Amino acid sequence: MKQLLSFVHKEFLHVFRDRRTLLIMFGLPIVQIVLFGFALNSEVKNIGIMVLDNAHDINSQQIIDKIATSSYFQLKEPAQSYRDIERKFKAGTVKCALVFPAGFGSDLFHTGKADVQVIADASDPNTATIVATYLRSIIADYQQQLNPNAGVPYRIIPEVRQLYNEKQNGSLNFIPGVIALIFMIVSTALTSVAVVREKELGTMEILLVSPFKPLMVLVAKAIPYLALSLINFIIILLLSVYLLDVQIKGSLLLLFAESILFIITCLSLGLLISNVTNSQQTAMLISMMGLMLPTMLLTGFMFPLENMPWIFRVISHVIPSRYYYIIVKAVMLKGLGFSYIWQETLILIGMSAVLLTLALKNFKIRLS
Amino acid sequence: MNNKAIICKNLTKQFGSFKAVDQITFDVDSGEIFGFLGANGAGKTTAMRILCGLSFPTSGEASVAGFNVYKQQEQIKKNIGYMSQKFSLYENLTVVENIEFYGGVYGVSRADIKQRSSELISTLGLEKEAKKLVGELPLGWKQKLAFSVAIFHKPKIVFLDEPTGGVDPVTRRQFWDMIYEAAASGITVFVTTHYMDEAEYCNRITVMVDGKVEALDTPTKLKERFNTHSMDEVFYQLARGAKRSGD
Amino acid sequence: MKVLRFILQKEFRQIFRDKTILAMMFAMPIIQLIILPLAANFEVKNINVAYVDQDHSTYSQHLISKIGSSGYFRIVGNPLSYKGGLKMIEDGTADLVLEIPQGFERNLVREGSQHINISVDAINGTKSSIGGGYLIAVISDFNSNLDVNIKSPNGGISSSAYNIDVKSTNWYNPRAEYKYYMVPGILVLLLTLIGGFITALNIVREKEIGTIEQINVTPMKKWQFITGKLVPFWIVGMIVFTIGLVVMYVIYGIFPKGSLLLLYLFAAVYLVALLGLGLLISTFADTQLQAMFVAFFFMMIFMLMSGFFTSVDSMPGWARQISNFTPVTHFISVVRLIVLKGSGFAEVKTELFYLIGFAIVLNSLAIYNYRKTS
Repeated sequence: MKQLLSFVHKEFLHVFRDRRTLLIMFGLPIVQIVLFGFALNSEVKNIGIMVLDNAHDINSQQIIDKIATSSYFQLKEPAQSYRDIERKFKAGTVKCALVFPAGFGSDLFHTGKADVQVIADASDPNTATIVATYLRSIIADYQQQLNPNAGVPYRIIPEVRQLYNEKQNGSLNFIPGVIALIFMIVSTALTSVAVVREKELGTMEILLVSPFKPLMVLVAKAIPYLALSLINFIIILLLSVYLLDVQIKGSLLLLFAESILFIITCLSLGLLISNVTNSQQTAMLISMMGLMLPTMLLTGFMFPLENMPWIFRVISHVIPSRYYYIIVKAVMLKGLGFSYIWQETLILIGMSAVLLTLALKNFKIRLS
Repeated sequence: MNNKAIICKNLTKQFGSFKAVDQITFDVDSGEIFGFLGANGAGKTTAMRILCGLSFPTSGEASVAGFNVYKQQEQIKKNIGYMSQKFSLYENLTVVENIEFYGGVYGVSRADIKQRSSELISTLGLEKEAKKLVGELPLGWKQKLAFSVAIFHKPKIVFLDEPTGGVDPVTRRQFWDMIYEAAASGITVFVTTHYMDEAEYCNRITVMVDGKVEALDTPTKLKERFNTHSMDEVFYQLARGAKRSGD
Repeated sequence: MKVLRFILQKEFRQIFRDKTILAMMFAMPIIQLIILPLAANFEVKNINVAYVDQDHSTYSQHLISKIGSSGYFRIVGNPLSYKGGLKMIEDGTADLVLEIPQGFERNLVREGSQHINISVDAINGTKSSIGGGYLIAVISDFNSNLDVNIKSPNGGISSSAYNIDVKSTNWYNPRAEYKYYMVPGILVLLLTLIGGFITALNIVREKEIGTIEQINVTPMKKWQFITGKLVPFWIVGMIVFTIGLVVMYVIYGIFPKGSLLLLYLFAAVYLVALLGLGLLISTFADTQLQAMFVAFFFMMIFMLMSGFFTSVDSMPGWARQISNFTPVTHFISVVRLIVLKGSGFAEVKTELFYLIGFAIVLNSLAIYNYRKTS
């Protein structure tokens, strides 16, 4: 046991002496949380809009004023023609335009009907749809103002309640995603590279000749990364709570337990990878490209899984982070208990067991 | 007329408060085989890197092939060859391609490259391996090839950093034959090593201990001085008080 | 220059012998262009709505059927109470719960207004927030149709006296398909990876093996070494770009509306800038691991801030500034502009200046930082 401890101590020294990697490793989650928490959101605001006002009457002006004061839009200088609009669209500074026909106001008052045209730059389809919706509601609002007496404004007033996110912090689902990503990077990629590095340097053989059991060698290598992952986890939690004002609704203990489970899954994966290759470069490429990309895509935190073709949805069932993501969402953000996530937990345990056994078996085979 | 290939005076390299190289003074004659001995960590490689223009000294003076190590590094580099501990040939290029590349970088004309490389290949007996990737060659051949590449452009001085690490005694002997030939053709050879028997092959040697030059003389005279027949013993006497050993 | 020729010769030989790079050159564009757009789909459809109808009136039923037939929503359940709906959100079956209170129709007619509740699973990110927005839009549509059909209590003409009809047109992407938005962005991602990532790794690998030291000892000049590294990878990048364009056309049928020449010009400058970044990163890293990490770190920030996933407009001011300082942002915007809208030189020249600026700054920093003597 004492030998194991000194071995683990050596491994810790290796890891903590590589300042640059360490810096990035801690910087990564911090930056991601800040970015996702404050800078990135799928809301649509400050959209550049141009108005082509052929009417130049009070009504068009009133609508223009409403747009100018809306936080969704940023009113740019008026357009003189469709060409103007086209040019600005092409420069990318304006994403939509509103066109008033020449007799807008007079049509409205004489015939009770008038048209207005919304042109959206649909190269970003979502923005286009939302922009059209906003404009419609601004115009509908205006229409409302014009009709104070006519009919009863049967107003259906939808009230939106954001569940689990009363403070309206953008979308919180990235937090579990970031955690999963960091674990994969630290526990899978770094561990596999560390083990392969020993192989490349030739010191692995020395270790194997020592009285250490092979299992111990792997365990000792993995422990510093387990520790690092946990430290990162705590940092992310602290940031979420204090910087983003997120509440950890569920049991902290459960969260930690599940996280340790997932870290073990990642570590097993890392050890397995280190078995199949002897070059650091390959280990890195497999972990980063081969795993990171599917993790980001198929976990479900960046892109909704339902939108993907079925083959992707099938593959996503094999990706461990998908289950971890569900677990963290449920426990941390929704405050649910174990009864909701026992299935996912079981799956993760199963995956860890399989991966670990494979890794160990492979390791022993390579020795002989 | 200065016949000295290398001149060093109070050369020092300091990292923070650590003096890797501490006021060393020596010089090397043209055409000499000069051995730079010492334990690991004594400062040999650091000193050599300064002389090659890879590192700036903290203080002191030095000139290599007549050029100042502070201000004329590029000139120095034109006139020297270098073989590092890792051999530094490109493993995924063939023998011919490696020769071609380094020849070209040192400004050897295409015609000369062609001629010299075929000579070189036949001397080393690498005709069959000429088109093979260097990575596939056994260690001994890589090492000999690396040396040949280092002197391909006929430099005035060639620096060898622990060139014989890890090869069998026969190959080591062959390697030293090549060194003798190079010296005979007028190239000064500056070689670091921690194999004490190789010290016997040099014209003069110095022994570095803890960053300082503790002895500078021919092997024979040193053995006389310490009253012993083996260089191992000389080294042991000099180095046993060393505070630094092992990197 | 003669020496440069030898260097280029060596670099090209090494690149074409490196299976990894070859794989990346050919396989990567194809794989990324095919897989990413399939997965990276922000289109919002199939939003799962559970409704709790406590009114069971004509109105409520009309509203529900309107929602169900809008094409965006999928009615996944009709729980009896809000609690039931909440449970559906908890276990992930529903993204939204719509509650129509008892007396909905009656209150609407009698008092003229009625609240209804939409509960959104705010952890589900994009889907739910956009889904909530769509639901509101559908409801207000329903609302305005109501006004037209219902008699007012006074018995007078109840239709609004003023009706503004909004016609909307989509320019540049009539069917509003997401792939037109994503695919050009992925092209940029490819170039970014090659320029920044691979170059950095390549140079640091030489550091680790020791061949860089060998080069530092030769009279090779700094600019020769750097050019020798940049040129081959630049060519690789342009090849990948071309392959990407071909794939984009063959698989997605997207052909750049604007000038191909202009597009290539931008790609060329962008590559130089990114290669400079890769070079710069390599001067800071001693091991391949470090290089990979640093490169990954920057790539990630760039991609997130560049407008690839989320729009730059909706970022807070400070974030938009950062985004402006990212070369990726400008290139993505230009690629989308040229490919989808056919923008010409006049419209994008500011971006060109930005990119040239980046190329100069990054490469100068890299050259300055690269020391033959330490």
